[in-house]
Amino acid sequence: MAGTRASIEVSRLSKRYELGKRRDLTTFREQLMRLVQPGDKEPDRELWALKDVSFSLNEGEVVGIIGRNGAGKSTLLKILSRITFPTSGRIRVRGRVASLLEVGVGFHHELTGRENVYLNGSIMGLRKREVDERFAAIVEFAGVEQFIDTQVKHYSSGMRLRLGFAVAAHLDPDVLIVDEVLAVGDVGFQKKCLAAIEGLHGGGRTVLFVSHNMAAVENLCSRAIWIDGGKIRQDGPAKDVIGDYMASFAAGEGAGADLSNLESRTGTGDARFTRIEFLAPDGTPSPIARSGDPLVIRLHYYANAAIHNPSFGFRLYTAMGTLVTESGHLLHGIPIVRLEPGHGHIDIEIDSLNLLPDRYHLSLWITDPSGQAIYDGDVRSILEIEAADVYKSGKLPNSRQGIVYFPLRWKIPAPQAVRETAA
Amino acid sequence: MTSIAAEADDRNADWRDSLLGSMRELWEFRELFYYFAWRDIKVRYKQTVLGALWAIIQPLFTMLIFTFLFGKVAGISSDGIPRPLFYFSALVPWTYFSATVSNVSMTLLANSDLLTKIYFPRVVLPGSVALSGLLDFLIASTMLGVFFVYYEVAPGPNLLLWIPFTLALVALALGVGMFLAALNVKYRDIKYAVPFGIQLWLFVTPIIYPLNSIPHQYRLFFAINPLSGIIEGFRRSLIPGMAIEWGPATYSLAAAAAIFAIGSWFFNRSAKEFADYL
Repeated sequence: MAGTRASIEVSRLSKRYELGKRRDLTTFREQLMRLVQPGDKEPDRELWALKDVSFSLNEGEVVGIIGRNGAGKSTLLKILSRITFPTSGRIRVRGRVASLLEVGVGFHHELTGRENVYLNGSIMGLRKREVDERFAAIVEFAGVEQFIDTQVKHYSSGMRLRLGFAVAAHLDPDVLIVDEVLAVGDVGFQKKCLAAIEGLHGGGRTVLFVSHNMAAVENLCSRAIWIDGGKIRQDGPAKDVIGDYMASFAAGEGAGADLSNLESRTGTGDARFTRIEFLAPDGTPSPIARSGDPLVIRLHYYANAAIHNPSFGFRLYTAMGTLVTESGHLLHGIPIVRLEPGHGHIDIEIDSLNLLPDRYHLSLWITDPSGQAIYDGDVRSILEIEAADVYKSGKLPNSRQGIVYFPLRWKIPAPQAVRETAA
Repeated sequence: MTSIAAEADDRNADWRDSLLGSMRELWEFRELFYYFAWRDIKVRYKQTVLGALWAIIQPLFTMLIFTFLFGKVAGISSDGIPRPLFYFSALVPWTYFSATVSNVSMTLLANSDLLTKIYFPRVVLPGSVALSGLLDFLIASTMLGVFFVYYEVAPGPNLLLWIPFTLALVALALGVGMFLAALNVKYRDIKYAVPFGIQLWLFVTPIIYPLNSIPHQYRLFFAINPLSGIIEGFRRSLIPGMAIEWGPATYSLAAAAAIFAIGSWFFNRSAKEFADYL
């Protein structure tokens, strides 16, 4: 039952980061140098991760926070979880808060599952007595009964994840803050987590939920807050906000990404990817890729010199790192005898993206045919797939249903269908 | 009432509220001290053959070396106490002190994944390190008892003074450690300075020598070190017939309390920023 009391009140919240503060470790010497040379002080580079954010949540509301990466969503959750403090503004949260910013954090791999449940529960603020009461339910939820006295280092990553979520799901908080937990785990488990969160919903708990998975936000939340550039861009019914958020991609900077300054890449650099573009079949930029859409992936490259028999390819991964597919032109029996020096591009035409909505990673490479010499490798790009009515049924498939959908048809003889429905 | 006064009043109320609030919160999280300490102990001796014996081995072998080197070779006074007893009784608290200062100073970095992902009162981390070290301290103290049987020394009622001296030892180690831990988050120099600083501290503390062997004109300088009075106190309270020097002892207890207060104040003041630097 949703109450009308405010559960979370945020007023004029701002958070400033000084750039470089986190990464570059300050040493005494640098500080001393600054004292010695006060005139040499570099101009303050600062970033407002959040600027003047105000909203309030009523008890029992389930609210989705959406926005692009770096928009300030995680900073907001960290402030609400009391991990970091605002530069200015006030927050007021009523009741016990549990935040799940990462699953299984605090597990120690040398300890057994049982020991970790108690340790983790205690870190999250549970008493031993409270863990005792919940223990059986936690273990059952995680499905690790047989391994509960095994050291966690022998667990699979899935088991660790399940156990971590199980502890968090049984905290019984008044306010639950969840960051992109549904991006991980297998489908069955994701379903279970969603059910657990929905269970909280029924129990009148306030849930604040960050996700890139629009279908999940729409399923779970009645209200959504869209954060853009550290400010609230829109706050309202989830359906409306998500619709406008998706539409903003079309108006955005266009599809694709500049790859020329990528740092993670490897290889000799004789040939480099410079840009990846996502295009509609007619060659217009296709900023939102939706399930079932046709898509042309255009790989722009630059070669320093002529290269004989290069091999271009890509791998498509889920956000969890599961390989969806690998492809290269050599697999298709199409060699490139000689790559001329200079700029050029190669297209990959996909008739239908049989991918369920989620965030996918593309990893690109250029090698010699044996794969021995790498000209360019580990070039990563993100492909975001949004939900679409691929079954023409008015129902949106979502990432809980797997990674891909099959081009298939259900054939049910008419009388039987009626009987089945009646039974 | 002017608005300025009202504001100051508010601030006072806030301060009282927050102090009360953090006390209440620490009480709420009291089991976490134990769980972190338990985790540290459990992990420390996992996959070791000798296990908790390591708590004895370290001070024991240091004592043997000291007995040979400073006793037999250099002939430094041991204040009339049998040398093994003289060194070991100081090495037990010293081992606790040095291990606690160095572990506490590293505890925030070691638990950075926790600090950036979960809220709990940050002070639980140093507190639990100090707590887990007490187990080793207890084991080594028991070993000290064996020496007493061997040397047929029966400690008197002064032995009860171990309780306040242990409290002061923990407070001093925590105070210094928390101060360094908070600095360590921001300035990673601390990581290199700590082992070196601890090494120096060993020599300015009456462990190898008794405080009264220091010439008078320098003694005050040595007595400034609050650890001096504590270590001497540990040693003197064991040996029947040795008088406690109440001046240095009282000073040390007070200084330990003050350093603990400063260290925890600084730690709590910095705690808001930990996650931004880790």
